Amino acid sequence: MIQIQTLHKKYGNVRALDSVDLTWNQGDVIALIGPNGSGKTTLIKCILGLVFPSAGDIHFMGRSILNSYEYRKDIGYMSQISRFPDQLRVGEMLDILTDVRNVKDSDRDMELYEEFKIEQIRDKTMKSLSGGTRQKVNSALAFMFSPKVLIMDEPTAGLDPVAVEILKGKIHRTDKSVRLMIITSHILCDLEDFATRINYLQDGKVRIDYSFAELREKSGESRLSKAIAHILNPS
Amino acid sequence: MIKIIKYFLIDIIKNKVILGLTLFFLVTSFSLLYLDENQTKAVLSLMNIVIIVVPLISMIFAGNYYFNAYEFKEVLLSLPVARTRIILSEMIAVSISLALSLGLGLGIPALIFGAGSTILYLILITMVLSVACAAIALLVVILSREKSRGLGLVLLAWFYFSLLYDVIIMTLLMNFSDYPLEKFVVFLAALNPIDLCRISMMLKLDISALMGYTGALYKEFFSSLIGSAFTLGTMLLWILIPTLISIRIYRKKDL
Repeated sequence: MIQIQTLHKKYGNVRALDSVDLTWNQGDVIALIGPNGSGKTTLIKCILGLVFPSAGDIHFMGRSILNSYEYRKDIGYMSQISRFPDQLRVGEMLDILTDVRNVKDSDRDMELYEEFKIEQIRDKTMKSLSGGTRQKVNSALAFMFSPKVLIMDEPTAGLDPVAVEILKGKIHRTDKSVRLMIITSHILCDLEDFATRINYLQDGKVRIDYSFAELREKSGESRLSKAIAHILNPS
Repeated sequence: MIKIIKYFLIDIIKNKVILGLTLFFLVTSFSLLYLDENQTKAVLSLMNIVIIVVPLISMIFAGNYYFNAYEFKEVLLSLPVARTRIILSEMIAVSISLALSLGLGLGIPALIFGAGSTILYLILITMVLSVACAAIALLVVILSREKSRGLGLVLLAWFYFSLLYDVIIMTLLMNFSDYPLEKFVVFLAALNPIDLCRISMMLKLDISALMGYTGALYKEFFSSLIGSAFTLGTMLLWILIPTLISIRIYRKKDL
């Protein structure tokens, strides 16, 4: 579904992405992990077209995304720090997204919207919401349009435990066979339940690119965190 | 496209800054026209204020809004909307709100006091000038990475067009006063939208006699039909060229 071909991104002298080659297929749930500053968010921003690669290409359903924007109708994106226009109200934000995406109100997936009780904060401005609440709005929006590709950058950061469970439940229920999910997180046990493929980035390079089953086999460990540690430091 | 312009406009109006600006123009224009019996003198005072204040306000407003709406644009960019459309929509929305603010703020008092064609011309040219200044400011902020630097550069651009440019021209004229520079000066005026508007307004006010020799030449050139077309065309270029460059840069900009 997404092919990343020798992708390079330089910021001045810093190599944010260094020859990244990845293929992600429909049905996969990708755990995109790596230390801070390893290039995860840059990679996601490249896929979204917010950042332009210095070299290389990204294909989305067989077509290059460079100089294209229509492909974004199939992407739901939950950003790391929910950056929203401050003065807009939650409801307005929702209406704008629905309107610009040209989606009928009845075609929206309102499960998270209801479970997170966003109806009650419809009239509040984004500025007045707490970080966690904003993240709830953010996740409800990402799932709302049933996108074929769902990208979640640190989805559980800032959420309270109850909300984390609601979000995980939603990920569980979502039909994964027809979509591709990409999740980044530092909390590995959050990913363990869903991930089918593990991609570990470090200093902009792909260090691990295995399916979860392969990773378990190679490392002889069943826990994700131990398996990764084993592959990175075979001792 | 219209949808996105609409949402930018809603966002701008919610900001309330534009309402404050309209009120400011309203009060200024009203008090000047009310206080001065002689309308020509009132219009002259208004022009002197407007020619300094409007470029400054338009540039700061457009530059500041670019950064204020940064998150909004990020949200739009994660949707299937082309970048060209987003930045063009922002430019159009900013232009509409500035032009409307000026039109209403300066226009309502003018209508109340029974304005002549001079003041209507002044308002019209001010509206065009504010859009040109917004286009220049947008280009400046797109070129810069962060807000403080961007707005600093916008101020510098305003300083250049309002003051520095005149100083340079003055120095030039002083040093080369032995040569026939008049035609060249007309051309130089076109390189600065603020100067161009100022000259064009002054000639409408019929006070070009105050400007001596060059004034006579200006009068001859700018009050002809070709002159008006020249002013309008040049101002349109001052709107179009910065906007087109902005779009080109924004299309390839990392956010």
